[in-house]
Amino acid sequence: MSDGQDPMNAEGMAHTPPEGGVDTSHGPILYLENVSVSFDGFKALNELTLYVDDGELRCIIGPNGAGKTTMMDVITGKTRPDAGTVFFGQTLDLARLSEHEIASAGIWRKFQKPTIFLAHTVFENLELAMQADKGVWASLRACLSAEQRDRIDEVLALIGLIGQRGLRAQSLSHGQKQWLEIGMLLMQNPRLLLVDEPVAGMTHQEMDRTAELLTSLAGRHSVVVVEHDMDFVRSIARKVTVLHEGSVLAEGSMDQVQSDPRVIEVYLGA
Amino acid sequence: MSMLSHGIVRTLLESDRGGRIFLLILAAVALAIPVANLVIPESSSLHLSAYTVTLLGKYLCYALLAVALDLIWGYCGILSLGHGAFFALGGYAMGMYLMRQIGDRGVYGHPELPDFMVFLNWQELPWYWYGFDQFWFALLMIALAPGLLAFVFGWFAFRSRVTGVYLSIITQALTFALMLAFFRNDMGFGGNNGLTDFKDILGFNLQSDTTRVALFLLSALALALGYLVSRYIVNSKLGRVVVAVRDAESRARFIGYRVEHYKLWVFVFSAVLAGIAGALYVPQVGIINPSEFSPLNSIELVVCVAVGGRGTLYGAVLGAVLVNYAKTWFTTEFPEVWLFALGGLFVLVTILMPQGIVGLFARLRGRAAARKSAESGAGEAT
Ligand SMILES: Nc1ncnc2c1ncn2[C@@H]1O[C@H](COP(=O)(O)OP(=O)(O)OP(=O)(O)O)[C@@H](O)[C@H]1O
Ligand SMILES: [Mg+2]
Repeated sequence: MSDGQDPMNAEGMAHTPPEGGVDTSHGPILYLENVSVSFDGFKALNELTLYVDDGELRCIIGPNGAGKTTMMDVITGKTRPDAGTVFFGQTLDLARLSEHEIASAGIWRKFQKPTIFLAHTVFENLELAMQADKGVWASLRACLSAEQRDRIDEVLALIGLIGQRGLRAQSLSHGQKQWLEIGMLLMQNPRLLLVDEPVAGMTHQEMDRTAELLTSLAGRHSVVVVEHDMDFVRSIARKVTVLHEGSVLAEGSMDQVQSDPRVIEVYLGA
Repeated sequence: MSMLSHGIVRTLLESDRGGRIFLLILAAVALAIPVANLVIPESSSLHLSAYTVTLLGKYLCYALLAVALDLIWGYCGILSLGHGAFFALGGYAMGMYLMRQIGDRGVYGHPELPDFMVFLNWQELPWYWYGFDQFWFALLMIALAPGLLAFVFGWFAFRSRVTGVYLSIITQALTFALMLAFFRNDMGFGGNNGLTDFKDILGFNLQSDTTRVALFLLSALALALGYLVSRYIVNSKLGRVVVAVRDAESRARFIGYRVEHYKLWVFVFSAVLAGIAGALYVPQVGIINPSEFSPLNSIELVVCVAVGGRGTLYGAVLGAVLVNYAKTWFTTEFPEVWLFALGGLFVLVTILMPQGIVGLFARLRGRAAARKSAESGAGEAT
């Protein structure tokens, strides 16, 4: 709680998903339409409209204060929009759901600072994050089934930490910690994964691995990545959205975006 | 059945070297002490006096109490500065049973009322003393009284997310308040004299050597079982969740664990364990009075666990035995120095051995292993 990132301040922990799955029959899994958020009159988000397709890997860039983090706060229910609509699929109005309900609907977020359980092994971290009965009594009697082990192994392979499975999380490198945290989110089988500045502080090698990891997630999960590092965003080479002063300035491939004169003016050209 | 439990114990201790060593020593002591007291004649220098047997039995009770604290402090990260209260409550429940066992053999010879009630001119037994003439009822209360207090206290404290220093202070206040309450004569627990002059337990004379040895053995058994059940808990997924709560509470909550429930149940279990320790302690020392609620007792207990090394369970046992042995020695040789020694010990351990004696051993072993692997050559490493 000390890190000030506790998004779970609601009392109840009902992890029952809202009735019905996520309806993505029209393509997008996430709809942000004319969303505005202001803090003391300052518009952090200004009529933001943004769609993310199901299975898409989307990069969001933008100068400091453009509203990227605020946008994630709105999606996860941490901040409520003053105006506009936020929908998950066709039917789930995120503005009406609690943070818990949003998480159980399948939207999970990775914060900048990795918060993993340092005294536990990599394997145990994933075990703890696994979808299961989380009651006290169930935990006392819990015993991993073969399927659950397979699922953990699968995620271990995905995040490239098979060799480190028995290692305590505290002995991992910075990059490995970030991957482990992504792995913990994957154990929740998220539909939409929000990742805020994943490569800050990483070595180049780790950045490449992270790009690979995020790319491999696309398809099975929808992923939205906020990142400042241009080389990293280019290496992912997907659709890029540029935010500026709370709204979308440009959208397209990295090359398109970079040659857009407005983008050059406010951001890249600086 | 016994095969099954044998199998469970084996898996429990598989990766618990310290636990295996501790249980082996405990078993050896449990075999040797009765022989040394009951079989070896008093004329022999190997004979162990009943006094020593009881003293060792007391250490075992403290060790069980320390295991209870380690569970909640070392694993769950909740520093309880009032665990002595649960110990004392269990002790009072046992004391009430022993009191009723006295029957009409008290100084005043009243057929029903304990001496202190006759002295206070009470005419009849208060309702909360009903049932304590039955051993099974006393056993129930030994678990229920501390368990219920821990439940109510934990329910409010953990739900309102009281943590850290604040929680420690409240637990300390809790035991202090109970001490003041039990000091009052009109509470009906014997006031500052407490409950004493016990005669027998289940019909066995408390002064006889065999009863003392039996109580000692029961304490050893309780310690071993308490240790194994605690080990089972910390080895289970519940144990891993609890450590996760200790290290990153909001994160554990975020991935769906109801943190307050976990804290509550470990706290309640720990309190019950402490109560059992207190119940075994009282017939051995022959008295229970409000000073058992003294905040200092709870602090001493924290020092025990810190000295031994928290978060290992067997470290708590080691610390409890060492610190209490030191206390016995100091209070007979230099009684006025004990508190300074205790304080100094705590400061030293906190600064020099944050993981306690057990941590020190682990570090030395790690260093030795590193040296050995360096000698055997790094050729195998890829
Ligand atoms: N809780 C808040 N109260 C007041 N102002 C806020 C709050 N949260 C964000 N802001 C302001 O809103 C604007 C957008 O902030 P946001 O954190 O979304 O930007 P960002 O794009 O994530 O920037 P960065 O690249 O620095 O992370 C900033 O000017 C910030 O100061
Ligand atoms: Mg930000």
